[in-house]
Amino acid sequence: MTYLPAFRAIVIREALRFVHQRERFIAALVRPLVWLLVFAAGFRAALGLSITPPYQTYITYETYIVPGLCGMILLFNGMQSSLSLVYDREMGSMRLLLTAPLPRWFLLFSKLCGATFIGVLQCYAFLAIAWAFDITAPAIGYLTVLPALVLAGLMLGALGLALSSFIKQLENFAGVMNFVIFPMFFLSSALYPLWKMAESSELLHDICAANPFTHAVELIRFALHGELSPSAFLWTGIAAFVFMALAIWGYDPARGMVRRKS
Amino acid sequence: MKPTPLLACLSSLCLLGAATPALSDEIWVTNEKDDTISVIDIETMEVTRTIPTGERPRGITFSKDFSVVYICASDSDAVQVMDPATGEILHDLPSGEDPEQFVLHPDDRHLYIANEDDAITTVVDTVSRTVVAQIDVGIEPEGMAVSPDGKIAITTSETTNMAHWIDTETQELFANTLVDSRPRHAEFVKGGSELWVSAEIGGTISVFDVATQAEKTKISFEVANMHPDRVQPVGFEFTQGDTHAFVALGPSNHVAVVNAETYEVEDYILVGRRVWHMDFNADRSLLFTTNGVSGDVTVIDVASRKALKSIKVGRFPWGAAFRPTN
Repeated sequence: MTYLPAFRAIVIREALRFVHQRERFIAALVRPLVWLLVFAAGFRAALGLSITPPYQTYITYETYIVPGLCGMILLFNGMQSSLSLVYDREMGSMRLLLTAPLPRWFLLFSKLCGATFIGVLQCYAFLAIAWAFDITAPAIGYLTVLPALVLAGLMLGALGLALSSFIKQLENFAGVMNFVIFPMFFLSSALYPLWKMAESSELLHDICAANPFTHAVELIRFALHGELSPSAFLWTGIAAFVFMALAIWGYDPARGMVRRKS
Repeated sequence: MKPTPLLACLSSLCLLGAATPALSDEIWVTNEKDDTISVIDIETMEVTRTIPTGERPRGITFSKDFSVVYICASDSDAVQVMDPATGEILHDLPSGEDPEQFVLHPDDRHLYIANEDDAITTVVDTVSRTVVAQIDVGIEPEGMAVSPDGKIAITTSETTNMAHWIDTETQELFANTLVDSRPRHAEFVKGGSELWVSAEIGGTISVFDVATQAEKTKISFEVANMHPDRVQPVGFEFTQGDTHAFVALGPSNHVAVVNAETYEVEDYILVGRRVWHMDFNADRSLLFTTNGVSGDVTVIDVASRKALKSIKVGRFPWGAAFRPTN
């Protein structure tokens, strides 16, 4: 019976933290918008795209990178959430959370849901701004993309949780930027289609194809056009499960982070 | 249990229904490098038939009752007449050398054909299958148009850079007007009171007052992030009520939407590579553009001005013509 209030409390805390940090909301939107309206505009003519599913005709580069930028929002949000956990640990408020009389996995999952909820909100705000600039998807796509955003958000949030269990200090977070966010984003189909990668290097293509972030982006891309990509769904789901298991293991007092710390 | 006559009757009707699927309207596309026509089902937006033609088919148009289709087989030096129901070539018409484009006179009988290599316009009687007249025009004639009342025919010549005005009663030129470099296509609009001529290299469309043959205005195009040299207007068609023109801009891979009242360009739509000509469906809600280099046809929703789908056809699709089947 205490599960639901605890879940609500954690999600609301996450939402309040986001609402109170208006700069964070603006920063979360500015980053993908710079990519969309500056970077993509410059590359519009340079990158000729052939017709690949789910697209049925030729598209502009702006249209191509919208799902990748949604993925970027979720990725940064997941990492931001992990950053806040490291901060909570340093401030001592995490102890309060983790000593609640509820299973550790449930507390982490609630935290993950809260972070995903914020990420999905940011994605919809971004999609609305893109729509205002006439970078649109089919109307049904704005509905069907919701479950894809949730699953991708859970996967990337779980990755953030898992990482946070291994990061001991706030200062180490810069390493996450260099070794997780950038490689994950650039070695994916977010900015260039995989066939374009294969043209320059087969190895790069294979790395991109194995990157779970690629599958999250493709899941969003297909869903935004009212379609389901079964392989992207499967791989994103498996990655979410694995990362979550890793996070639970990392936060287990008997084995993970806590033991190493002591 | 023995089937009752009623059941037997119903099941045969069902079988008949399954055997003869409902026909939907079609777009016929000439593929100039494949020597074929691709037939697109407008309902499913898929190619349902590929029909062999003479060499290098380009211009294509149907008779008024859609009982025959005329095809400019340029390298066969013939205008071919085909039965659209069977795809069988019925006969060739004498066309002069290298026919590229033509237009059917409103009398549904006379074809005005541009003979690119001979610098002439040939007038052919499709019933008697004879050449009625040959009119000297500028070098490399291409674009052809006839006014709705049938009194004026236009030939544009690519190298002379002119629109030649032909009196269809005397079959003689009565005016020549300069346009920008390499005019490709001409259309009468607004009940025949205006003539629009596209200039591929010039990158413009000249609008003429038909009564005086004087130029009213000139429309220019500018596609974002595209070098102006690649913005080359070629074929164009008008929406219901002649309110807007959709203009193929060749290697810029875009179709422009021009307000026919203000002559302002309102929109650019991304399509396949080297967009050339186009045609509408019956109610003009969908536009089908031929994209030569990418070998496909892009379907545009006219109301939303969005490209819906690109359909693979043969190599170098050139002309497009609508055929109702119901």
